[in-house]
Amino acid sequence: MDKTVNQKAWFLVLPVFLVVAFSAVLPLMTVVNYSMQDTFGNNQFFWNGVGWFKELLDPSTDLGSRFLASLGRNLFFSLVILAIEVPLGIVIALSMPRHGWTVAACLVILALPLLIPWNVVGTIWQIFGRPDIGLLGYTLNAMGIEYNYVSNDIDAWVTVIVMDVWHWTSLVALLCYAGLKSIPEAYYQAAQIDGASRWAVFKAIQLPKMNRVLLIAVLLRFMDSFMIYTEPFVVTGGGPGNSTTFISIELVKIALGQFDLGKAAALSLVYNLIILIVCWVFYTVMTNAGVERKAQAEAEPAAERKPAGALQPAPALKPKEGVA
Amino acid sequence: MHSIPGRRVIMALFLIFLLLPIYWLVNMSFKTNSEIVSTMTLWPHAPTLQHYKRIFTDESWYSGYINSLEYVVLNTIISISVALPAAYAFSRYRFLGDKHLFFWLLSNRMAPAAVYALPFFNLYSAIGLFDTPWAVALAHCIFNVPLAVWILEGFVSGVPREIDETAFLDGYSFPRFFIKILIPLIASGIGVAAFFCFMFSWVELLLARTLTSVHAKPIAAIMTRTVSAAGMDWGLLAAAGVLTIIPGALVIWFVRNYIARGFALGRV
Repeated sequence: MDKTVNQKAWFLVLPVFLVVAFSAVLPLMTVVNYSMQDTFGNNQFFWNGVGWFKELLDPSTDLGSRFLASLGRNLFFSLVILAIEVPLGIVIALSMPRHGWTVAACLVILALPLLIPWNVVGTIWQIFGRPDIGLLGYTLNAMGIEYNYVSNDIDAWVTVIVMDVWHWTSLVALLCYAGLKSIPEAYYQAAQIDGASRWAVFKAIQLPKMNRVLLIAVLLRFMDSFMIYTEPFVVTGGGPGNSTTFISIELVKIALGQFDLGKAAALSLVYNLIILIVCWVFYTVMTNAGVERKAQAEAEPAAERKPAGALQPAPALKPKEGVA
Repeated sequence: MHSIPGRRVIMALFLIFLLLPIYWLVNMSFKTNSEIVSTMTLWPHAPTLQHYKRIFTDESWYSGYINSLEYVVLNTIISISVALPAAYAFSRYRFLGDKHLFFWLLSNRMAPAAVYALPFFNLYSAIGLFDTPWAVALAHCIFNVPLAVWILEGFVSGVPREIDETAFLDGYSFPRFFIKILIPLIASGIGVAAFFCFMFSWVELLLARTLTSVHAKPIAAIMTRTVSAAGMDWGLLAAAGVLTIIPGALVIWFVRNYIARGFALGRV
């Protein structure tokens, strides 16, 4: 199905373009403007050129060291939660019940954390982890494990990571579940006839079918964890010290706390640039995967048609899709 | 064949892990503050509704829920109505700069809210929308419109092109075809997209808090402020938290049959 070229389609896209341009391009221009200037208050601005950017990328300055440290923490955080949430999400998707009311019940409970406002997620874990009134903190301390996310760096990190796993693993699981649901029953029957092992079924049938949704899951999880702000801010406030200060928290501190507009704007632009690059890489991979799939889909029926014309009409033998 | 050994145990453990912190919040919301602070009880021994009563009778509390719902609904309507034609265009036509435009939209979905907090504040103050639901609704469009386009594009592509062609041959004008034929066909897709717009607008706080001060303050922001002023009223905080979970839970219940497909953004 080739798309037709039609320049009038721009009229259909125009509303979206205007709305997003209004809320993305205009503010971004302000940011660019600020990033080149310095201010001493009283709305007086001075040209500073690329000064802020130089400072930002130089680890010996205060701004640079803060930026690079929070960037490092944020990358580490994103990698850890991806390493936990993606495999766990796949396992959960594979563990979903097949029939009956339990399916709906599991889906609803899985989706529940996703619809809780982010600061309430923070509040829930703040309360849950407190050694005096929280079940988790109280139990751990009663068991003799010293746990206090307010004063101990490692405890704070563990809390933030467990919170994120609690909050977002469901997203990965639901995406994978959707991918699994699209596999026709016939594939499994064929695998059974071939005597394929459980692992072989996973590797040859389920994983390839989940490819595309997994890509979306990794993209969304990476991006959202890379700009995480509210949840750790509510729980730890970026502390103890600076140990859980991620980029967004640092940025808000500089912009709204210290009102250092130039520095904040420079940081914003570099931050945005990193996100844009990662996004572009994913987008390219995704479109390429789409093109490959299309080519495959086109090649398959063509191969089927040939013998059908020469011999007997065979398509009646084709198993119906989506029986299960 | 398709499932893994011990799947019931895994699922049960994970669901308990998900529900336990929520249970703790619900549990606390029914306790008196003295019970919360003085003893460790697994269920409320002297259950009380005082915290809920306070929220439902005090206007400064319940107006927060109304404000939040107001901008969430506004945002959902705006997002879906601008995204529908665009999704159709992206799905059916090729035009100058279409791929770049799509990528640009997608990249806005990923833009960190923290970057936009301050410029949005300036922008909406300048045009006089600051502290109105419109400001938050428009600001949330930055991530919801691209998402809606993305989801709806998947669903529109699932509608065979022959249907368009037949409709046009039958003399349908474009707007009439759109409303009478296309929209009913992708109704579930619209539902899914609306669900996602609702979800992301409902859970976002940073922008919502920055763009409001008194009249349009979302409940999530009222929660943090009032509690710190009252010197940690844990029971009240927990009750307010529980009440923010309920709209989400209701929405999930309505779309539970489409949830899996919806989370795959119509692209399985």
